[in-house]
Amino acid sequence: MIPPISHLFARHLLKGPHTTPAPAPSEDGLAELADEFATQARGRLGRSLAIREVDAGSCNGCELELHAANNPVYDLERFGIKFVASPRHADVLLVTGPVSLNMAEALRRTWEATPAPKWLVALGDCAFDGGCFAGSYAVAGGVSAVLPVDLHIKGCPPTPKDILAGLLALLQHVGGK
Amino acid sequence: MLGNVTLFEFLSIGREVAGHRPWPRFQLDLPCWRAFEDRLSAADWVLLTEWAEPNEVHALFRDDQTGDIAVVSHPCVNHRFVGLGKRRPGAIRLERAIHDLYGLAPQGMADQRAWLDHGRWAVKHPLGSPRTYDGGPHAYRFRTAIGDGLHQIPVGPVHAGIIEPGHFRFHAQGETVVRLEERLGYTHKGIEGLVQGKPIDVAARIVARTSGDSTVAYGIAFARAVEAALGVEAPPRAHYLRALMGELERIANHLGDIGAICNDAAFAIMLSHLGVLREKILRANMACFGHRLIMDRVVPGGVACDLTDEHRTILRKTLYEVGKGFRRAMALYEETPSLLDRTTGTGVVAGSLVHRFGAGGFVGRASSRAHDARKVPGYPPYDDLDFEIPVRAEGDVHSRILIRAAEVHESMKLIEQIMMRLPQGPVTAPLPMRAGEGVGIVEGFRGEIAVWVRVSEAGKVVRCHPHDPSWFQWPLLEAAIEGNIVADFPLCNKSFNCSYSGHDL
Repeated sequence: MIPPISHLFARHLLKGPHTTPAPAPSEDGLAELADEFATQARGRLGRSLAIREVDAGSCNGCELELHAANNPVYDLERFGIKFVASPRHADVLLVTGPVSLNMAEALRRTWEATPAPKWLVALGDCAFDGGCFAGSYAVAGGVSAVLPVDLHIKGCPPTPKDILAGLLALLQHVGGK
Repeated sequence: MLGNVTLFEFLSIGREVAGHRPWPRFQLDLPCWRAFEDRLSAADWVLLTEWAEPNEVHALFRDDQTGDIAVVSHPCVNHRFVGLGKRRPGAIRLERAIHDLYGLAPQGMADQRAWLDHGRWAVKHPLGSPRTYDGGPHAYRFRTAIGDGLHQIPVGPVHAGIIEPGHFRFHAQGETVVRLEERLGYTHKGIEGLVQGKPIDVAARIVARTSGDSTVAYGIAFARAVEAALGVEAPPRAHYLRALMGELERIANHLGDIGAICNDAAFAIMLSHLGVLREKILRANMACFGHRLIMDRVVPGGVACDLTDEHRTILRKTLYEVGKGFRRAMALYEETPSLLDRTTGTGVVAGSLVHRFGAGGFVGRASSRAHDARKVPGYPPYDDLDFEIPVRAEGDVHSRILIRAAEVHESMKLIEQIMMRLPQGPVTAPLPMRAGEGVGIVEGFRGEIAVWVRVSEAGKVVRCHPHDPSWFQWPLLEAAIEGNIVADFPLCNKSFNCSYSGHDL
């Protein structure tokens, strides 16, 4: 019997990878990022970013799309963007959710544990201003209510393409062209 | 007193509240509520959810013998009520949450610790009679394990992967987990408070984001609850389209999760392969319904989208490709002994526990509890469709994977039937301005989602309680991991994939 894994290998050999071409870096993102950072970071990181994701009360929708951005179709890692397990390994903190008050301190501590130079990206409409959860007794109402945000990637949830475009804008800015 | 009394017969001692649909609501005074609590020790009545208002607790029950469903209400005297947690352990955390949010204290319970309230809000009992609070964060007293060579491993709330936040406290002896205790509530957003006084369409958007992975199921449950309260029925075509979206959501989640479970057993090719298949479904969703996760397409009264012939072609093609790829993936899974070695016999949940907690979904069905809300109580269009509920008895990670795989196949069969039988006609019905109370029970991919709602004549939501199946599954994860090695925790956790956001509200 042919082992089942050979079907998968054969498909990739014959048809090539599933990966689609990259979108252009987000225009909005580039505009927001311009002149925000000191140039000292350029070159130090090269074209590589290590991202630590923190869910600060999201509904899990943004997380699903972040997973999708890591799948073979979008393949975030081909751009040198990599999700890491610890904030101490990270250049970027990627935060989702309206920042529930129960998560606010954990978020602050994660940010403090991230070594400089560092950037903070808020992902999703909730992370922008609280989204549909704004005004509740239990949420801070957006990441910028708790920490300084460098880049917003909007959408409910943003599609993997939006995420990719936003992160590419950040990468271009950080790494220099 | 131990005769075979049905739920409805028993509840006739109470006062029936008018305007509650489709199932009745009974109000019990203190002696009757006590008798009810006592009766639960003998009766085969399943707790579906428990929630509260500032002066009243409500519990949704189903009689497994007759299929009767009823809401049992108890106006609290002095902000106290007799807790149901002793008879139905699944109620313990629900009642702790009720105490945090409404200040109603369950009596007779050993566990008095706060659950959702971490001492971080500016108010205490925010939905009951709010009191300003500035006492600082609570210290949580985890239960201990005592013995030689035990150590603690605290994990979270910020985890190593891209997942939701929660805290796990392990007591381990060497590699073996002696006790796991969860602390949740980190993603509490106050959804019950937010929807109060909101117009129905705004509330629908919020409830649909209770748990983003089950957004269609929550949408249907909320819509059905509102429609029941207003006494309207969505048109047949809307029912079919809702089921279509619901089954697509189920398939997409199962695909992603089976891949992620295998990835946690260090077999990454399954995640890559199934990730591609999941992406195909999400793109078909985008093409047909205009949203990858199909958020906000189910609205009270019907659906906010329609299916053209072009959409059907896209769906047929996608499902054919996904079906073929999925069979290949499952063949790979079943032919890889090193992977099966990790999943078989790992994280076993006893059938008795599943029944005692009333846990549904694939967690229940992998441990011999064959309940599915699409069959009992059933809702349209599933009564016209032919499908089976897969059940296994082993209760380990492997059987949860196989149940999910079988459900993917059943959902594909369902989608074929839905597209074949899709009736013509309108997709929305107008909503009358009327006051009422209603319940919607829907089978999401995790299990039974129940939403209770009260609407006012002005077309506003007065109160709403969305219930996630994870409430009854989280406690079982603590039992499943006992005696397993710490390194198998991600595997067990992912095989449950309980919702943090849906649970924390």
